[in-house]
Amino acid sequence: MPVAAGLVGTALPAFGVLPAIGGRTLSLDAWRALFEQPGVLTSIRLSLQVGVLATVLSLAVAVAFCALLAERAALRRLSAWIAPMLATPHVAVAVGFAFLIAPSGWLVRLLSPEVTGWERPPAGLVTLRDHAGFAMVAGLLLKEVPYLALMTLAALNQVPHRALRMTTAALGYRDATAWIKAVLPLVYPQLRLPIFAVLAFSVSTVEVALILAPGNPPPLAVLAARWFADYDLQRYFPAAAAALLQLLIVVALLGAWLVGERAVAWLGTAWCERGGRGGAAEVIVRVGAGLGVATFAAGVAALVLMLLWSFADSWRFPAAWPDRLSVDNWMVQGPRVTGVVANTASLAFCTALAALLLSIACLESESRRDHPPTRRAMWLAYAPLLVPQIAFLYGFQVVLVQLAVDGRWLAVAWSHFVFVLPYVFLSLADPWRALDVRYPRSAAALGAPPWQTLVRVRMPMLARPIGVAFAIGFAVSVGQYLPTLFAGAGRIATLTTEAVTLSAGADRRILGVYTFLQAALPLLVYLAAIVAPALAFRHRRGMA
Amino acid sequence: MSRAIERIDGTTARRRALRAIGAAVVCAFAGRIHAEPETRSWDAISSAARGQTVYWNAWAGDERTNAFIAWVGDEVKKRHGVTVRQVNLKDTAEAVTRVVAEKTAGRDSGGSVDLIWINGPNFLAMKEKGLLHGPFTQALPNYRLVDTTSKRSNVVDFTVPVDGLESPWRLAQLVYVYDSARHRPDTMPRTANALLEWARAHPGRLTHPTVRNFLGATFLKQALAELAPSAEVLQGPATDTNFAAVTAPLWSWYERLRPLLWRDGREFPESGPAQRQLLNDGDIDVLISFNPAEAATSIANKLLPPTVRTFGMTRGTIGNTSFVAIPYNAAHKEGAMVVANFLLDPVAQARQQDPAVLGNATVLDMAKLNDAEQRLFAPNAGVAGLPAPGELGPVLLEPHASWMTRISAEWEKRYSH
Repeated sequence: MPVAAGLVGTALPAFGVLPAIGGRTLSLDAWRALFEQPGVLTSIRLSLQVGVLATVLSLAVAVAFCALLAERAALRRLSAWIAPMLATPHVAVAVGFAFLIAPSGWLVRLLSPEVTGWERPPAGLVTLRDHAGFAMVAGLLLKEVPYLALMTLAALNQVPHRALRMTTAALGYRDATAWIKAVLPLVYPQLRLPIFAVLAFSVSTVEVALILAPGNPPPLAVLAARWFADYDLQRYFPAAAAALLQLLIVVALLGAWLVGERAVAWLGTAWCERGGRGGAAEVIVRVGAGLGVATFAAGVAALVLMLLWSFADSWRFPAAWPDRLSVDNWMVQGPRVTGVVANTASLAFCTALAALLLSIACLESESRRDHPPTRRAMWLAYAPLLVPQIAFLYGFQVVLVQLAVDGRWLAVAWSHFVFVLPYVFLSLADPWRALDVRYPRSAAALGAPPWQTLVRVRMPMLARPIGVAFAIGFAVSVGQYLPTLFAGAGRIATLTTEAVTLSAGADRRILGVYTFLQAALPLLVYLAAIVAPALAFRHRRGMA
Repeated sequence: MSRAIERIDGTTARRRALRAIGAAVVCAFAGRIHAEPETRSWDAISSAARGQTVYWNAWAGDERTNAFIAWVGDEVKKRHGVTVRQVNLKDTAEAVTRVVAEKTAGRDSGGSVDLIWINGPNFLAMKEKGLLHGPFTQALPNYRLVDTTSKRSNVVDFTVPVDGLESPWRLAQLVYVYDSARHRPDTMPRTANALLEWARAHPGRLTHPTVRNFLGATFLKQALAELAPSAEVLQGPATDTNFAAVTAPLWSWYERLRPLLWRDGREFPESGPAQRQLLNDGDIDVLISFNPAEAATSIANKLLPPTVRTFGMTRGTIGNTSFVAIPYNAAHKEGAMVVANFLLDPVAQARQQDPAVLGNATVLDMAKLNDAEQRLFAPNAGVAGLPAPGELGPVLLEPHASWMTRISAEWEKRYSH
């Protein structure tokens, strides 16, 4: 509902209606102004290019990674290592990644001056904010590859992948080829929604683009955000038009993806029918999986580098390590950061908890009435993840102002909840439905009323998925940028809004403090979610 | 409008959205809100202020300014029982947006923005739309200390009369900072044409913040002040008839300069501090700043190498004043006025002029201060990187705000593709 209300509030100014600054008649002037903006076509092209490239590449790398490793024992341990990457906000990763790849960044420093001979960063080298958007695509991969890989692994549980593998092995197929030919087509339908979420996010993200994308001209969503904040108030109209155009682009891309799926399926069928047992495909998969490992390593390095910055005294090119470490930054920033941490944590805790309770209530009622949700319900749950945030947040802000709740903690919590709920619900739904119905039925047969079955059987057995769902909700809330900005009227500062503000060139040492905390908070909760059930049930075999 | 509404039906949330827009219609037809002068006595204002929390919306990209604002908060809490919360902005226009959103929703009192650090085009926009409280500066006791005669930018903000709708708090003058370990002082350029020659000798090592940024626009305005056929024309508004002719020499100069800039003049740092980081990393060799103590404070905070120094232009550089203003619907106008008044207190002014804190020149008239107050401003001897008095050249007045708006638009048209 907030999405719908917000879209209306954004759509009206897009067609010239915003009485407070003199827009009272329907018109197409906003669209004219939008398309007269110098470089707007470049902005649109950049958004499309980044979105499509990031989605296709992250899917390809994630698939290659799973194809190679899905049937190996090490995998379960590995997925436990990937999961924390999911909990890390995009902004923290992007900020660290920017320092990793910049012309004066850590990779160049590591090789300078010994290998490169550079005493200072070369003037012509462009590795960041490049006009093709490659730096942004790479930055997005760091987060989206682990996401899609984990979604693939989760979906695996619902297909008979072991049996398929034995069959294909008997027919002489090599591992990875067999996985792509036999298992992937079964898994793919369940990946569609996560892929769409990745596509929608990559095309329309503002916060990652501010850090990694070029600014002259920027991607379309940044252009819209810039105009919403312009001192020339007439820019509202083209801003709203740009926001609406962003929505149309996402819808068109999702449609195009569905068409593309058909084409790929057709080609894939032909490929399978040719009956190759794997040769070139094995090599490609290995390269892809290698990229997967590289993105993971880059993500970890990005976070570690920002931690290092927060303890740096001074750290100039070409030094690969800080000259001297000190706790000064933490001592100075400490008192100022506590309020921000409190805001961030309280918002994340409360929204994740509320989302968790609502999800459990929905799932419990679903299992009592024994009817699974329709496909339409699933799409509705995913709607906030598919509609670009910029497209409805301005309208949403007007609603909040009218209710006189903007700038309040509650308004921000509500806006976070809209995004937290789908993630929590979707991550809990599968394990919930997968629980053997004989357990609750036995409890009922023993005379336990339904709520006791829920509290004493279902929930303890699902303690770990429940904890993980909570941790995911927590992480999603911590990472929210635009909703915090719009609903919070700038008064509610979180680690994410502060980090984005600081990323516009402020002191990296301070930025290090904020991004490290931003990454650490969800990680701690995630660890707690894993460790707590293991401790509580250490005497129960199969539950820990 | 009515057709748009009729097509929508149903749910509560939708109706809420419509109610918001409906209220906005009423508000818009109720006419423009007229500014009312502040007539209450200072005693009445300061006692009403006690216990209030002032939400000060300020651009937060500079850590030193943030720290100064935090200090101001501590002091007014101690002295007047007013709490200050800094609302961190990435762009001052965000605060303007917020006031407009509130006006859209019909919230004409109890607004969420109490005080804005503002000047230039944002001030002009709010003044024109009647979104400001006041005139109020005549009610501030410390305002009588302000230099309103020789520091003209205190009463004329980008040639727009201030009319008591915003209160000054610091002076700025454009300076250039470079690393003396890489370049000898006498090799640094002191005119626009010399800057072009310098860039030719050091391709890729000069840049300026994006022209959408205030400081970046100033880079072009500074060149315009030197290259324009006459200085007087810049004090009047830019028009369709005079703009092309007056700016022609600027564009021909920039056309030659741009390919020599960092990243071939296709990408620019988003802000002043982003530029500072590039200088610290060694990507570029010169940065521009509105703070004459930029080099000194950056050395003190280890943001730049200890060898950075400052230079100015022979014919002078542009200067202006930073102000604070209060929106017409602010919830805590009294508290905001107490903060504005404290910013003009000699204690606060001396602190912000200290290069170890901000290093911006005071807006006060030294002749109006008593001896004890004057001693607060005693120069801090031996600070590394601080330019000597007179080293920077004269202060030039800001052109009329319309020049900046048009130059930014023209630049985007020419170079943002």
